[in-house]
Amino acid sequence: MTDLSSTEPKAHRSLKVADARTKKRNAAEKRFRAYGIVAIAIGGLFLLALTYNILKAGLPAFTQYVVELEVTLTQDEFDAAESQMLKTAAYTDIFIGNFEANLAERGVAVPYDADAIERLLGKVGGDIRSYYRENLDDIGQPVTFQLQTSSRVEGYFKGRVNRDTIVDSRFLMGSDLDIVDALRDSGVLTSRFNWDFITGKDSGVDNPGGAGIGASAIGSLFMMLVVLFLSLPIGVAASIYLEEFAPKNRLTDLVEVNISNLAAVPSIVFGILGLSVFIQFAHLPQSAPLVGGLVLTLMTLPTIIISTRASLKSVPPSIRDAALGIGASKMQSVFHHVLPLAMPGILTGTIIGLAQALGETAPLLLIGMVGFVAREYPDGVVSGFMDPNSAMPAQIYTWAARADVGFYEKAWGGIIVLLIFLLLMNALAIFLRKKFERRW
Amino acid sequence: MTDYKISAKGVQVYYGDTHAIKDVDVDIEDKTVTAFIGPSGCGKSTFLRTLNRMNDTIDICRVQGDIRIDGEDIYDSAVDPVQLRAKVGMVFQKPNPFPKSIYDNVAYGPKIHGLARNKAELDEIVESSLRKAALWTEAKDRLNAPGTGLSGGQQQRLCIARAIATAPEVLLMDEPCSALDPIATAQVEELIDELRQSFSVVIVTHSMQQAARVSQKTAFFHLGNLVEYGETDKIFTNPEDPRTESYISGRIG
Ligand SMILES: Nc1ncnc2c1ncn2[C@@H]1O[C@H](COP(=O)(O)OP(=O)(O)OP(=O)(O)O)[C@@H](O)[C@H]1O
Ligand SMILES: [Mg+2]
Repeated sequence: MTDLSSTEPKAHRSLKVADARTKKRNAAEKRFRAYGIVAIAIGGLFLLALTYNILKAGLPAFTQYVVELEVTLTQDEFDAAESQMLKTAAYTDIFIGNFEANLAERGVAVPYDADAIERLLGKVGGDIRSYYRENLDDIGQPVTFQLQTSSRVEGYFKGRVNRDTIVDSRFLMGSDLDIVDALRDSGVLTSRFNWDFITGKDSGVDNPGGAGIGASAIGSLFMMLVVLFLSLPIGVAASIYLEEFAPKNRLTDLVEVNISNLAAVPSIVFGILGLSVFIQFAHLPQSAPLVGGLVLTLMTLPTIIISTRASLKSVPPSIRDAALGIGASKMQSVFHHVLPLAMPGILTGTIIGLAQALGETAPLLLIGMVGFVAREYPDGVVSGFMDPNSAMPAQIYTWAARADVGFYEKAWGGIIVLLIFLLLMNALAIFLRKKFERRW
Repeated sequence: MTDYKISAKGVQVYYGDTHAIKDVDVDIEDKTVTAFIGPSGCGKSTFLRTLNRMNDTIDICRVQGDIRIDGEDIYDSAVDPVQLRAKVGMVFQKPNPFPKSIYDNVAYGPKIHGLARNKAELDEIVESSLRKAALWTEAKDRLNAPGTGLSGGQQQRLCIARAIATAPEVLLMDEPCSALDPIATAQVEELIDELRQSFSVVIVTHSMQQAARVSQKTAFFHLGNLVEYGETDKIFTNPEDPRTESYISGRIG
């Protein structure tokens, strides 16, 4: 003490001259800031590379190439075709007739035959026949058909094959490319936004062009509804009880530790649990969004409970004291004062939990929510919680595993759709947080 | 004996293993102001909180002994602490308004206890409570502004208004003026004097002057013991215990 408070006068130092210690401290601070900026830059770079890759690989999935053709079918032609043995062949002939007239009108001269048409556009006869059988009123009137080109033709436009690498096969011949180019130049073949990808269902393994993410998006939606309506009330009620009412003893400590542990359990474990409990024991249907939702609820609950408890904890205890001090009951103090303050945190946690669940694939594989779901909605797939369906991430996984290269872009396109959903959910979380946040 | 508003016998309070209040006997009269004084950490707040069972909210806190309000044992298992706290209001050491409007802060207590039959009555209660707490002139034009937007001293007066709005019979105040300027302090002291007409007030304070000004009875706590309790005049002019004497004259604390 005495030597610190020595009476010797201190040498005068100007504040403008930094001493050695200050210099060192300032240098350390500068270095630390530089580390931070570098770290953020690296993160940003990775993000950029990832986004670029995803967009590059996935965006083609949103473009579709179609041949647009006006067809007029007279009642006589219809009756004649329907009376034949090979009905679709008759319709194919009708199509080719119209096609020829159309090309002649536009002055396009290119040799082709019926087989080439089938390689380029698939079984057009069947498509046209089923259209007219459903729309009998359109007979005799001009109808514009938009026929999707085969995935090999799309592959040519999207750069998967070119004139040098093409190998003649029953799917596509080198000579077909001349027809394709001619159609393209004359405007018969055009590209358009691929709504079928957004709204459509999965297709067969050899038809990547017809595959869509819509059906599995609806499966995901059903699952998220199950997750939201089960895990939010259960999670919040459990958190409020544990945080505000439960006595602090061994038992509640044990519960607490186990909840934290559950949050770290690999999701596939929840999948196998769901398989054995919900499907094998409770005999719920396989592949049903209800089961998927239940499994994901189990997975999401710990996340919601942990974030809810954290936000309840962050409400200052003086607020509880204030309420109790004027004779509010425990429950009144929680519901009138604590919960509203904790709401932004709870909602954020819930949406983050839901977003996690939305992207979860592994447990869905175990309960059979993968695979080929080709039923048409609105009935079929969309009909509910108990009917077989897929989910977006599981659908993406399925596509990625398929042999046809056409599915590659579908998988990436699916990822784009999934990411858009996730971004929307995060935006919603931010919006809700801002809305419920009390700034006073 | 029964004309005491609060009568405490052999009160012991433990926080886990810490013995915070040691065998305290105190009788508090109705329509009086009783001041608790003593050095920091001696257990004034702890004892005050036993009187409305706010200590129930602290898990490690145990209270033993007999505390009666109007002759009823408040630690009896049949007593609902919620009802007790409506009767024994409390103002805390740190201002803790709800993050709601000034109006809602004051109206909350009357609302949950059903003290107003309609909006007009509620308005009336809010106004009179704010007036009593000397906050009306500052707050009347901003009743819908957040209570937390007030200054520290205004917040404390808001908390006082909130406490008296529920029409308690006993008001416990834990250093209510520690955040107030001399003018607001004087207003609160005036208020305390007014409140004495209708209820009994127990106030914890670190200011000897304040204790001397507002209270009729003073209790001096030291290390968890109630050292001396009696008429305020007597405690300040002629204390019996040497510890009281040295605390008042500024030698311990
Ligand atoms: N929640 C608690 N948990 C554990 N110990 C506590 C708790 N609250 C108070 N104590 C202890 O009890 C004793 C009395 O505390 P108390 O708050 O009653 O003192 P005080 O007289 O009000 O002091 P001050 O004048 O500083 O407010 C102190 O030793 C304190 O450490
Ligand atoms: Mg205190």
